[in-house]
Amino acid sequence: MSMKETLTGPVFNNNPIALQILGICSALAVTSSMKVTLVMCVSVIAVTAFSSMAVSSIRHHIPSSIRIIVQMVIIASLVIVVDQVLKAYFFTISKQLSVFVGLIITNCIVMGRAEGFAMKNGPIASFVDGVGNGLGYSVVLLFVAFFRELLGSGSLFGIQLLETVNNGGWYVPNGLMLLPPSAFFLIGFFIWALRAWKKEQVEEAEFKICSNTRTQEAV
Amino acid sequence: MASNDTIKKTLLVAVALCIVCSLVVSSAAVLLKPAQVKNKALDRKSNILAAAGMLEPGQSDAEIEEIYASKITPRIVDLKSGRYTDEFSPEGFEQKKIAKNPKTSIDLSDAEDQANISRRENFSIVYLVENNGQLDKIILPVHGYGLWSTLYGFLALESDLNTVAGFGFYEHGETPGLGGEVDNPKWKNQWQGKEVYDDGEVALGVVKGSVDPDKEGSEHKVDGLSGATLTSNGVTNLVHFWMGEMGYKQFLANLKSGEA
Repeated sequence: MSMKETLTGPVFNNNPIALQILGICSALAVTSSMKVTLVMCVSVIAVTAFSSMAVSSIRHHIPSSIRIIVQMVIIASLVIVVDQVLKAYFFTISKQLSVFVGLIITNCIVMGRAEGFAMKNGPIASFVDGVGNGLGYSVVLLFVAFFRELLGSGSLFGIQLLETVNNGGWYVPNGLMLLPPSAFFLIGFFIWALRAWKKEQVEEAEFKICSNTRTQEAV
Repeated sequence: MASNDTIKKTLLVAVALCIVCSLVVSSAAVLLKPAQVKNKALDRKSNILAAAGMLEPGQSDAEIEEIYASKITPRIVDLKSGRYTDEFSPEGFEQKKIAKNPKTSIDLSDAEDQANISRRENFSIVYLVENNGQLDKIILPVHGYGLWSTLYGFLALESDLNTVAGFGFYEHGETPGLGGEVDNPKWKNQWQGKEVYDDGEVALGVVKGSVDPDKEGSEHKVDGLSGATLTSNGVTNLVHFWMGEMGYKQFLANLKSGEA
């Protein structure tokens, strides 16, 4: 696989959220505003890239019996560093992200890349793969956040575009969009659009629905 | 590689990894600590200024520091006696720690515990805004339970110690868009000019629905947040608690008569 494929593959062709359905938890939790989402995406890209690189560079020395623990320790350390940096330089955003930065540790994408790619490939390829998967995650998160913030609060990046009724405008915000479940619908739409565009991602049906089921058969 | 799986190698890798990771984590924590402490203090200061209506949008960090340093005087109040105390220095005073320590806080009975906080600290920090030696505004920290979380905020009073100058929360975990609307500037503005006490009783609170300005007692009432009845009730409860006997009532009375 070329470097370019490693980088761009996970964005649409093998998207961690849309195709592998990993990392949904934070996609629901931190997508109510673009600004917060963007910081979360950058954090995840950094953690995935550097943890993959670190795991890959010591892959020949990791005893297989403790390899998962080794990966977790590396990931957890990086997440703590990211959390500290956010608290020091992006205080208000880190306040909004609160516990979710810490929860990057449990993001299956990070762990999945360390175990699935970094253990078998060189440090540079692993780094690029980490960035690529982080980008794939970011594309979905930003898509979700765009609609959630626009329809839920009438703004983008905190800039008011649709003046809401509460502030004397005309737009009645959609309260559902501010709540996490709305992200399920949006991710669903994203997957639908992606699979309409890239037909090869459509899974084979597990069973066929019979045509013309007669009532007597149903009884 | 089989050689990796010997006990010796496993232990060696585990120990080495732990040392490297702990070095990385601890150096990040130590190096970034000053910036974090500064941010936290600045955040608190801007919230205090915001509650007193002294914060303009777009002010730089340095300007906030300057306004705070020149206008605000922090003092510690003993809530039991309602007087200032010098037992603690306002510098580095941590109210949450004081509230947790059994020696410096009291256990509230169910009847007393209106704000649902189970323990109340005996000492509280208050912030005075003085103008030529005269008290202009006083900013009181308040907290209480809403629907999901404890709301922490500041209530600012005018110099008559009855009229609200401003109100706002700086920390809460209420539902965004519903209870989270306690952060809505339009809602917060309603508090301005409302009166806390009616004949010595705390009357300030949030009503269900909207306030009819012609009705009696509307000077004590604020519109409810739609879809957030429990958060609204929580806000009313915490205002009642902190402005009442268990809260700042004694202190405010002393301050008024000049005995604080």
